[in-house]
Amino acid sequence: MKQSFGTIAVKTTMLIIAALLLFAPFLFQDIRALEVAARICIFIVLVASYDLLIGYTGIVSFAHTMFFGFGAYGAAIALKQMGPGWDAVALGALAGVLVSLVVATVIGLISLRVKAIFFAMITLAAASVVLVLASQLSQITGGEDGITYRAPDIFKTATKLMVDDDGKVVRWFGVKLNGKLAGYYFVFASSLALFLVLLRITVSPLGTVLMAIRENEARAEAMGYRVVAYRTFVFCLAAVVASLAGSVYAVWLKYTGPDTALAFHIMIDILLMVVIGGMGTMWGAVVGAVLLVMAQYYLRDLMGAASEALHGIPLLPELLAPDRWLFWLGIIFILLVYFFPKGIVGTLMLRGTRT
Amino acid sequence: MDKLSDTLGRFGGVYLLPVALGAVAFVLIGAPSSWVTLTVAGLAMGMMLFLMASGLSLVFGLMDVMNFGHSAFVSFGAFVAASVLAGLSSWLGSDSVVLASAALMLALLAAIAFGLAVGLFFETVIIRPVYQDHLRQILITMGALIVSEQIILAVWGGTPITVLRPGFLEGAWIIGDVSIEVYRLFAFALGAYVFAGLMILLNRTRIGLLIRAGVENREMVEALGFKINRLFIGVFMLGSALAALGGAMWAGYETLITPALGGEMMIVVFIVVIIGGLGSIEGTLLGAIIVGLTANYVGYLTPKLALASNMILMMAILMWRPSGLKPAVK
Repeated sequence: MKQSFGTIAVKTTMLIIAALLLFAPFLFQDIRALEVAARICIFIVLVASYDLLIGYTGIVSFAHTMFFGFGAYGAAIALKQMGPGWDAVALGALAGVLVSLVVATVIGLISLRVKAIFFAMITLAAASVVLVLASQLSQITGGEDGITYRAPDIFKTATKLMVDDDGKVVRWFGVKLNGKLAGYYFVFASSLALFLVLLRITVSPLGTVLMAIRENEARAEAMGYRVVAYRTFVFCLAAVVASLAGSVYAVWLKYTGPDTALAFHIMIDILLMVVIGGMGTMWGAVVGAVLLVMAQYYLRDLMGAASEALHGIPLLPELLAPDRWLFWLGIIFILLVYFFPKGIVGTLMLRGTRT
Repeated sequence: MDKLSDTLGRFGGVYLLPVALGAVAFVLIGAPSSWVTLTVAGLAMGMMLFLMASGLSLVFGLMDVMNFGHSAFVSFGAFVAASVLAGLSSWLGSDSVVLASAALMLALLAAIAFGLAVGLFFETVIIRPVYQDHLRQILITMGALIVSEQIILAVWGGTPITVLRPGFLEGAWIIGDVSIEVYRLFAFALGAYVFAGLMILLNRTRIGLLIRAGVENREMVEALGFKINRLFIGVFMLGSALAALGGAMWAGYETLITPALGGEMMIVVFIVVIIGGLGSIEGTLLGAIIVGLTANYVGYLTPKLALASNMILMMAILMWRPSGLKPAVK
């Protein structure tokens, strides 16, 4: 099969992004860049699992951060109560997955029967209740302050992975082989594994059924597929993946709070990433996550400078203040949904097929 | 069993639900005076919720458009009213009831006017291009909500704003050992007037007839030669104006508002609309009253449960009636 120009461009970009993420600790040697790279990895998985819902199956859920939060809080609470160790991570992740599964099944069975719009509203309501609960049950969740804990010993910055003759930590290309590096590669490897699983699902017969449901629900039902069962299953699947991503992120951050794991702005971030990258392609999730996380970290500085420069003009400096970056993203989001509903990747992939 | 449901149906069917709720709460609370206070508070809250939710429900019923940005109107209404009241603080501070009520009227009118304008903008610019496409509707209105929240943050800032109230609405009437806040009575009365007005508009006028026909079967109304799009703009503007009015009333009720107000109310408004059933004014009123009462009763009986109570209520009602208590959309 001859591949179109657009597809080749997208796949090349994917390879470049993968290579950049793989060698990120060596290429960008400062702490902030490593934070950005780890966040990109996690959000690629989170957005890809959300894309499975919104892009492939056509389900609009606003509860995706809730599942992310279940995983993160599971790992965080286990690590806090049991002390740092792999057993705590495993138990916490498992607990998070179980809670996510139960909640997803209940929500799915109750509300996937009804209209898509009801489902969106119900997930929104459920997510907000969980967010309030997390800040109310402060004995368990640490309330608004969140939980700080220690990750397993291998991820400590002081841990030496390889020691030279003098007992000092070995450097490769000027990078210390310490626990921070191990932590990053833990995030990278888990994200890659989860992403590959999602990618495999989308090209399996299951993925085809999901797309059939998105395109024509009644017809899929008529062909003998139980639409409700498939929808509930894919909702649970996405919930489990999001929950695992949450656990990995909790281990990496060594802190879990409403702001990093549950807040509604994360849900908005995911939505923006999916739509900007392109719904209905796993690659879109990658592009969206990379662009938006980079924007979050670096666009703010730029906007701060612009706001300073426009000092004195009414309202514009306020709209350009670094905190108002969501305003511009919101506008970009609306324009994208109007003019490029397929997002960057979807539009690119179509480009080649026409010529 | 059938006989029982028949009898219940004759006495009002699902409309008995708030009454039953009140009766159960009366037994559980035990103290008549606090029960009266809570019931009045619940009814007032329900009426304000009704103002906020009715537009959403009507718009969905008429045009099958779900506006996730509806709560933006609520916050705009609240902040515009708060600004007008702050600007007219000298009128409010004066002893004259006439001046104070004029300030209040101006604030509410400003909120309504703003709601009308924003509604017109929303309908023509944001929602018009994505009719008939639920997925993009949800996404676009969500994007519009984000932008509106950011505009509110940019204009009014992130710090809480104190809302001034006219003096004659402050305080409470005390009858026996029952105390009733005046503002709650005012909110209830206003909500009741609006409900009556909407009922007259929908059931006694030609426009109302067209709206109801449009909810029932849109294509047929179009085929008969009526421009349903124009009708829809009108309903949309009316709905956003009502939401802004509800937001303004809510601002006076809370007396301290933050930009998070819209997001908080959005969830409650959704729950009201889901419980009531999309598309019907009576259903929305019913849902709003039930949610208002439950919130107040549960908040008094078991404060810990207050947050989850609305959610549990919604789940229970959806299990019983998957499309809400009194849906108009078939």
